[in-house]
Amino acid sequence: MARMVTTRRKVISTAAAWLVGFLIFFPILWMVLASFKTELEAFAIPPSFLFFHWTTENYVTVQERSDYFHHALNSIIIAGGSTLIAMLIAIPAAWSMAFSPTKRTKDILLWMLSTKMMPPVGVLVPIYLIFRTVGLLDTRTGLVFILCLGNLPIVIWMLFTYFKEIPKDILEAARMDGATIGRELIYVLTPMAVPGLASTMLLNLILAWNEAFWTLNLSTLEAAPLTVFIASYSSPEGLFWAKLSAASTLAIAPILVLGWFS
Amino acid sequence: MATQQTQLLARTLLTPAVALLFIWMIVPLALTIYFATLHYNLLDPGSESFVGLENFRYFLTDPAFLASLQNTLVLVGSVLAITIILGVPLALLLDQQVVGLSIVRLMVIAPFFVMPTVSALVWKNLLMHPVSGLFAWIAHLFGLPAIDWFNDAPLFSVILIISWQWLPFATLILLTALQSLDEEQKEAAEMDGASAISTFIYITLPHLARPITVVILIETIFLLTVFAEIFVTTGGGPGLQTTNIAFLIYSQALIQYDVGSASAGGLVAVVLANIVAFFLVRIVGRNLEA
Repeated sequence: MARMVTTRRKVISTAAAWLVGFLIFFPILWMVLASFKTELEAFAIPPSFLFFHWTTENYVTVQERSDYFHHALNSIIIAGGSTLIAMLIAIPAAWSMAFSPTKRTKDILLWMLSTKMMPPVGVLVPIYLIFRTVGLLDTRTGLVFILCLGNLPIVIWMLFTYFKEIPKDILEAARMDGATIGRELIYVLTPMAVPGLASTMLLNLILAWNEAFWTLNLSTLEAAPLTVFIASYSSPEGLFWAKLSAASTLAIAPILVLGWFS
Repeated sequence: MATQQTQLLARTLLTPAVALLFIWMIVPLALTIYFATLHYNLLDPGSESFVGLENFRYFLTDPAFLASLQNTLVLVGSVLAITIILGVPLALLLDQQVVGLSIVRLMVIAPFFVMPTVSALVWKNLLMHPVSGLFAWIAHLFGLPAIDWFNDAPLFSVILIISWQWLPFATLILLTALQSLDEEQKEAAEMDGASAISTFIYITLPHLARPITVVILIETIFLLTVFAEIFVTTGGGPGLQTTNIAFLIYSQALIQYDVGSASAGGLVAVVLANIVAFFLVRIVGRNLEA
């Protein structure tokens, strides 16, 4: 009896979960499907779900018309660069706060997080003018710099939480055995911290890849990452939905795959 | 001796991060304050002059300010409400025994990885378009008139899109919390004859109080400054109907090139964010202690 109820319940919750999951995922699926349609079919009512003339023509057009690879490379450089630099600055800082805390450590952490509370619009004007003066507008260097600083508090905070969970005894044991701080960092701490480092990097990459305030305001073409590339499709010129879908699919695919398979 | 050395090293390692963040915080903010007291328009170079608090008076008495403040609050409040009200049952559902849960989870978290410009444009054009969007076709199937989403309910449309983006985040945080809930407690309640509903209200919901505050805290930080979704769909319109504070300041700075007024607006935004942060931290702090 009890068993029957469990099985039935399992069937119902499975069906419900798949239905809801499918509904949430549907906009993305629909976009991918539309990217393989011709413009006429993408616009057609009633819409065709699977039985249309599949074509990859849109992808070719998108590359030709707005140079996807140029913007994808920008995204990779900006997201990757800002993440790497943020990690380089954050690892020593988090290490120092986690293993050699002082009375003020907690205050420093809270203060760092509070800089994240400052809305980017609050400093848009000076940053824009400074960038214009020193010639950083529409450069990858400028965007790497800004995104790195913007995400730094989150990176430090996450790393701090991970480092904090590493038992201190192990470090003391290593020190007793005469390990120097450099060796301690490389041989003891790093291997234990790898999972935390990896998930921090992943989250930061996603945040930087999808960041759309600074990238939209500070870059136009040369340094424009994929967020800006897509925004250029916001003003419709005739039938363009299949191309918009192809461009969108290309823009989210790298990070979606990275997020899914890690 | 060794500890002193360690202390010194620790401080040296911390310094770059602290210094950078300090500069990042102080320099732009100081400049914003300075610009806010100037008459300064990029279209009219050389005319900079000190005007005191004139920019603030201009910004705060502009009808656009109140409208955008209201839009900001409605947007943040609605998205928070929607993601939590839908996120709790969704997390409960995913906490059940589900065949193929890993695939379902992949589908549910997917919107979180989609960049804002993409999700806004896909929703606007492929789903919500009044003539050939999918929603119009579904309405047609049921014999209903198609809704012209971005004309009839622009702010709601934006809210819908942003909620879709944030629902996965809320669900995941709540789900993680549910998985740490003690099963025995629930079983004991069931043995005592508690109905599913009272188990939910008296055991599950209190357990979710903390993750819900975490969701509110993090989402609020990001939702207060929503920009890209509005930028690519409505451009703040029609009229001011979807202009939030972030978009208003952007349009003053980079469309009207009014540096002074935009800076004053930026400071207002900073103050508002601090007020919200103050209350949030108090609420969260209370919840984390209890």
